[in-house]
Amino acid sequence: MNTIPEINYLNHPKGIKSWLLTLDHKRIGVLYLVSILTAFLLGGIFAVMIRLELLTPGRDIMGPQTYNQIFTLHGAIMIFLFIIPGIPVALGNVVLPLMLGAKDVAFPRLNLASWYIYIVGALVALYAIFSGSVDTGWTFYTPYSTETGGAVVAMTLAVFILGFSSIFTGVNFVVTIHKLRAPGMTWFKMPLFIWSIYATAIIQIMATPVLGITLILLALERIVGIGIFDPAMGGDPVLFQHFFWFYSHPAVYIMILPAMGVISELIPVFSHKKIFGYRAIAYSSFGIAFISFLVWGHHMFISGQSQLASMIFSFLTFLVAIPSGVKVFNWTATLYKGSIWLQTPMLYAFSFLFLFTIGGLTGLFLGTLATDVHLTDTYFVVAHFHYVMMGGTVMAFLGGLHYWWPKMFGRMYSIKWSRIGTALIFLGFNVTFLTQFVLGTKGMPRRYYTYLDQYRPLNFYSSVGSWILALGFIITAIYLIHSLRKGKPAGNNPWGGLTLEWTTTSPPPTENFQTPPVLTHGPYDYDTADVKPTI
Amino acid sequence: MDTTGTLIMPPAGSTIASEVDWLFYLILYISIFFFVLVVGAATYFFIKYRRRGEIAPTSQVDHNIKLEIVWTVIPLAIVIILFFLGFSLYMRMNIAPKDALEVKVTAQRWLWTFDYPTGINSVNELVVPAGKPIKLLMSSNDVIHSFFVPDFRVKMDVLPNRYTSVWFNAPYPGQHNIQCSEYCGKGHSEMLGIVKVVSDREYTEWLESAAGPGEGIDLESYGEQLFTSKRCVTCHTVDGSLNVGPSFLHLFGENVYLQGGSQVRADENYLRESILAPEAKVVDGFEPVMPTYQGLLKPRDIDALIAYIKSLGQEQGEQQ
Ligand code: HEC
Ligand SMILES: [Cu+2]
Ligand SMILES: [Cu+2]
Repeated sequence: MNTIPEINYLNHPKGIKSWLLTLDHKRIGVLYLVSILTAFLLGGIFAVMIRLELLTPGRDIMGPQTYNQIFTLHGAIMIFLFIIPGIPVALGNVVLPLMLGAKDVAFPRLNLASWYIYIVGALVALYAIFSGSVDTGWTFYTPYSTETGGAVVAMTLAVFILGFSSIFTGVNFVVTIHKLRAPGMTWFKMPLFIWSIYATAIIQIMATPVLGITLILLALERIVGIGIFDPAMGGDPVLFQHFFWFYSHPAVYIMILPAMGVISELIPVFSHKKIFGYRAIAYSSFGIAFISFLVWGHHMFISGQSQLASMIFSFLTFLVAIPSGVKVFNWTATLYKGSIWLQTPMLYAFSFLFLFTIGGLTGLFLGTLATDVHLTDTYFVVAHFHYVMMGGTVMAFLGGLHYWWPKMFGRMYSIKWSRIGTALIFLGFNVTFLTQFVLGTKGMPRRYYTYLDQYRPLNFYSSVGSWILALGFIITAIYLIHSLRKGKPAGNNPWGGLTLEWTTTSPPPTENFQTPPVLTHGPYDYDTADVKPTI
Repeated sequence: MDTTGTLIMPPAGSTIASEVDWLFYLILYISIFFFVLVVGAATYFFIKYRRRGEIAPTSQVDHNIKLEIVWTVIPLAIVIILFFLGFSLYMRMNIAPKDALEVKVTAQRWLWTFDYPTGINSVNELVVPAGKPIKLLMSSNDVIHSFFVPDFRVKMDVLPNRYTSVWFNAPYPGQHNIQCSEYCGKGHSEMLGIVKVVSDREYTEWLESAAGPGEGIDLESYGEQLFTSKRCVTCHTVDGSLNVGPSFLHLFGENVYLQGGSQVRADENYLRESILAPEAKVVDGFEPVMPTYQGLLKPRDIDALIAYIKSLGQEQGEQQ
């Protein structure tokens, strides 16, 4: 019978103050987890409201002005407060040092600072919402964003502040990975999750400053009218889009690379097999990180940019698809002749494979210039990026959360209910977004408050899907919270994993390991190492 | 050519549309192939190698250079082909034939104006002759909009202080929706229009009737024509039912409740102001999405519209 260690990082030391001033990476991870899940809840409520409004054409629950604010907030919150920080700050913070066999991250104070900066950014965003809100879309395109009313400056300030939190985390992880690996852990003995966090951190450090500068320019344009984006003053109306996507395309990989890292952990553990193509997966993360800086113009094929530019961006966009494809093939090959254990984390890994493949393949339609013209700015794009971001990143996040939950909190959640939750989320997701591909090919533009009658049935199904999805999430929230007190103690290594976090107690003590670990085998050496699941 | 549309694609209303669709379906079939390959294999492995009792992986192969090269090179070759196909069609979609008829398009929140070479203009309704290449030279008076005709598979952003253009050739008479597809605020989803593709003869007739507007007919019937041709009809009705905007039935002479609680009598001056400066007095219960028609209507047009609205109000008076 497993027990919970009497003294662990969760219960020692005690008190609110000890949490708010903690330097323990695991506690900071938990603080972050609570924060980003709150953001996810808020963004999710907005999402359901959007789908309610789109249930039928015309007004259902709100007017167009409110609707425009709601979809802006849905996007901004989900992207800047949930999915960009997402996996690295919550799961990464908790498990990265554990996986490396380290006591903590390299700069614990910087780590705590990054959380506080995140909170300040979130509060400024809340202030923006309540002091006039924002109706620009999360993309803040000029000249709309310089002309419209509302709290655009406050919202850009919030995103600006959040950027620092992102950079701090990135720097911290890079140094930690370089300096604090356990004896014996060479670069190619690092778990692939670490590789992907490393590649992500590099993008965070290099791309985020560009976003910061762009937002400052936007704020200056609004406050003092410097004219850089204002055509009437000799500025360029699409320059903002270039700046914006120069950050935001790499940001797509800030969102998806960590997810790929999680999947690279789940699949070998639950197949009890060596991962196929370790090096290919590791290198492809860096291939993606590098090329991701060179493809921003694929968001602007119809913005009037030169045809030559469109041609180059289209070509590079196709190139960046290849490393992602390679990863998918590698994961699939890992399953071959494995011993596949259908636990909830693995069900999420399967959902990821299924949905991310659709997300990736539908990208082909958008990278191809001639078809992009018809599909861009329609619901096809909305569906495409939800398949990548939600079908990809969120599924991996949930998979990772269910995988490391027993390590983080020492207890197991209900297996039965978690399966029901996963099934509902998978089903609801597809009903919601598969329909949107067709809405897009049929020509329904995105960010529409109302629509032509011909789009009525598909919008209806999509809205129904959002209710199934919401139900799945509610169930998930309930059984996870329930497990915190009532769950069965999980034991050190419930799944039979080989990475170092499974060698310490669940939950771990504040200093992570009783004795500093020494690496004796690679992260996926299931052929030689002897481990068994214990639940 | 397919004019009804398929399960996933709208009708193909332009010469280029069927080519775009061909490429679209090519990518679709390639995608389905890879989807079945990857997800089909994964599903099969999930079932076949499901753990039953003991952990028993039957293989620990962790790489295979040949296989890895194959699954890098083949997709690479495929995407390069797609890139070329997409690019060459894109160039053809972008370069208008020299003899194209040029129409100037102006976008503003939230309507489209079309200026013809002959000096006439129309609102939200683009009338073009069938089977002739048409080039649209576009610019915006305010924020960025995007000109999108799904049936033609064309879309182009419309920018302030800069020209962009699209061209198309619609071979058959018919009607096609224009939808604004770059977010532009409250009325974004109401920024709709119609492309009317007509025969050569009808086109000449239309040009003539539009050139000498309302000559020889009384104000009321002329106003009725304008109600349709200036696209008031997209938002207003004359039968009492509600649309985006209030109905004109029984409007004249009534008390109108405004946002903010005040009231106003719908007299000629109120109607005039509502058309030229709609944001000045917003009717309660409606969103202020009506575009201003300042500069788009001649004095006689305004008189005619007001006369038409009056006629809808008087009918009620007679009935009572
Ligand atoms: C994009 C939709 C749209 C179009 C096109 C449009 N309107 Fe409107 N109109 C509205 C809305 C919404 C209102 C109510 C809100 C307001 O008062 O601004 C309105 C109000 C009015 C009113 C005041 C009605 C009342 O009950 O007091 C008049 C008169 C009017 N419109 C005339 C016209 C005319 C004439 C045209 C065509 C030349 C036209 N509108 C085109 C949306 C539109
Ligand atoms: Cu991109
Ligand atoms: Cu618009």
